[in-house]
Amino acid sequence: MARSLAGFLVLFLFVSICEPASLFQPISDSHRSAALELFTLDHGSFKSLEETYEALRTFEVLGIEKTPDVTATVCHSISETVGPSSSTQKDLFYALKVNSIAECKINEKASQAIITRLNAAVKGASSLLDFYYSVGGLVLIKSSKADVHLADAEGVFRSVKAFSQSDGRWRYSSNNPESSAFAAGIALETLAGIVSLASSELDESLISTLKNDISKLFDSIEKYDDGALYFDDKLVDGREHQGSLSTTSSVVRGLTAFAAVTAGSLNLPRDKMLGLAKFFLGIGVPGDAKDLFNQIDSLACLESNRVSIPLILSLPSTVLSLTKKDSLQVRVNTVLGSNAPPLTVKLVEAFSSSSKDASPVESQELKFDTGTAVHILNNLPKSIDVGSYTFVFEIVFHEPDHEKIYVTGSQTKVPIFVTGLIKIENAEITVLDSDLGSIETQKKLDLAGQNTVSLAANHLQKLRLSFQLTTPHGRAFKPHQALLKLRHESKVEHVFVVGNSGKQFEIILNFLGLVEKFFYLSGRYDIELTVGDAVMENSLLRSIGHIEVDLPEPPEKAPRPPPQPVDPYSRYGPKAEITHIFRAPEKLPPKELSLAFLGLTILPLLGFLIGLLRLGVNLKNFPTKAVPATFAILFHGGIGAVLLLYVLFWLKLDLFQTLKLVGLLGVFLVFVGHRILSHLAATSAKLKSA
Amino acid sequence: MGRTPSSKEDAQALFHSLRSAYAATPVNLKIIDLYVGFAVFTALIQVVYMAIVGSFPFNSFLSGVLSCVGTAVLAVCLRIQVNKENKDFKDLPPERAFADFVLCNLVLHLVIMNFLG
Repeated sequence: MARSLAGFLVLFLFVSICEPASLFQPISDSHRSAALELFTLDHGSFKSLEETYEALRTFEVLGIEKTPDVTATVCHSISETVGPSSSTQKDLFYALKVNSIAECKINEKASQAIITRLNAAVKGASSLLDFYYSVGGLVLIKSSKADVHLADAEGVFRSVKAFSQSDGRWRYSSNNPESSAFAAGIALETLAGIVSLASSELDESLISTLKNDISKLFDSIEKYDDGALYFDDKLVDGREHQGSLSTTSSVVRGLTAFAAVTAGSLNLPRDKMLGLAKFFLGIGVPGDAKDLFNQIDSLACLESNRVSIPLILSLPSTVLSLTKKDSLQVRVNTVLGSNAPPLTVKLVEAFSSSSKDASPVESQELKFDTGTAVHILNNLPKSIDVGSYTFVFEIVFHEPDHEKIYVTGSQTKVPIFVTGLIKIENAEITVLDSDLGSIETQKKLDLAGQNTVSLAANHLQKLRLSFQLTTPHGRAFKPHQALLKLRHESKVEHVFVVGNSGKQFEIILNFLGLVEKFFYLSGRYDIELTVGDAVMENSLLRSIGHIEVDLPEPPEKAPRPPPQPVDPYSRYGPKAEITHIFRAPEKLPPKELSLAFLGLTILPLLGFLIGLLRLGVNLKNFPTKAVPATFAILFHGGIGAVLLLYVLFWLKLDLFQTLKLVGLLGVFLVFVGHRILSHLAATSAKLKSA
Repeated sequence: MGRTPSSKEDAQALFHSLRSAYAATPVNLKIIDLYVGFAVFTALIQVVYMAIVGSFPFNSFLSGVLSCVGTAVLAVCLRIQVNKENKDFKDLPPERAFADFVLCNLVLHLVIMNFLG
């Protein structure tokens, strides 16, 4: 008996731990600012009537005032749509929807025309959407004029019901086999509209079959781990795939509309409404305008639905500090953030994530502060120490009737972190002799402040570091990180984990065994201690000091220390200086010698000139007549010019320029030379013959 | 005289006869011979300089020496062509030979200047 009870208890604990803890927050101001950002006006009006409706509905639910010029443009577009008979059913439907929020005046004649048009549309409807727009339009008109009725409501009901399928889903038309939960939501809204427009009671069997359809639809609901429930259609080709958000909001709209018009209750488990609320709240703040509209509209439907109204338990802060003596605060609101009916919140259990013991906390009630509408537990129980917990809350209504209207979930699990200051005491660092265990050096450490100890050890000794960690309530504490790091001067690092037994943390480094691990590197090692945890408010990373370690010489095959990472930006710094090795210049002879030989080279020329003079050279043969004389002068001048050109060539001209000029001068010289030399030849021939 | 002339006397006699024979050469040939001598001397001085300081800019040395040698060779060619006693070149007017000499020298010196560096 006791064993089975214990077994049942274990099973119960297991099952209750299975669903993970999670936290949902109701709608807040961040949704309001998102709405203002996402629903922007394009030239003073929204893009289409559908978007106008989405924007106005979102603003209405969130309590954002609309500006008068928006109202003016909206009324203008409404009157433009409802006036002419050429506007489509969809536009007319959305125009009437916008009008129900904006409350612009539609004149009597126009509304009569609309009613006639919609009635005709209902008669001639063939697809689900036709019925939806026409019936929906009539329902919206009815809200301003009471005498709108649907002829043959039962017939219309049956025609819409004809599109349903056995699994609870609906088709869009008789010749389209695709079915979806999205269409089911639309159909439920349409059927709810038909029931409200009917002049007499509809057949009860029709309503009950529809309730069965809804139950079957809810059989296909899907679930997330945190308790959120949603509908999703499997991918269909043809019509574009509506995401899970659109599908679920469509179903919620249809369901709540239908629940509002039926007298009896829908036999749905009430947690389903809470699961659907969790789905919408779990989205947070969507980034898309349509998503935001779907979320807000569905939550507005859930806020005041007739099945059961979900209440959300939320915490403004899930981190409690023992040092600051934070109190546990809990809010219970509706999904839109309004106040809940009178109730009491009880803290039932608190599971510690580190130990799987049973809850150290007894069930206690939280006090309700009417001013801030917050349930507070001022003093956390003494058994709640530093760590991460899962708190389990239960809600108890003050009036038993409220149990039928509202749904809160049996137990709400919330993850809580309790932080605090961890006391670090009795810290000391010691160098021991390996064989005898006797202490050579012992230093006390103050880990709260700065330390710089200076130790020395050789490979025959051990290093011991020990300290104690205690929680604020005096219990043992095992942090996520308790690491000792030794860093050599060459930046090679070694990290060791400090083990513990209860409160006492101790690590002993035996250098004899670590010689190889340290790569035989002797020298100065900096000591650094890290003690840290998520819930420890005074996590520390401290440099304790340094130790001179003397290790033996490495043998030949010893492993080398790993190469230290190079600073990746060092390759953008200045590089090593390159010393160019130039070819040693040839040894030139001394300048005086070269000049002397220059002079010596001129000597033969002088000798030649002197020799010429001694031979009696004369210029008697130089022509005297004018023409030959000019040619002679030009000839000698030309040769001189060519020689000058060669000197310039040596000094600064290049070969091509020289060749060009030589060519020119050469032609000139040949011409002139020919003239003078032929003249001379003729002269000497005349002399010879004479 | 029955005394056989000694080699020394023979050499002296040969030298004297050469000198007197040379004196009979025309003046223009003597000018050319003087020019050749001047060119060869200049080449020799350049070789001696190279022997002293080494042949570092070898192209310059070659250029200088070959310019002297080349111009000496051209002058010798001119002397051959201009010499009236040379029957092979009887029909060649000396002015033509001189023109060739000038032209060839100009081409030689262009190449020399390019190679001088």
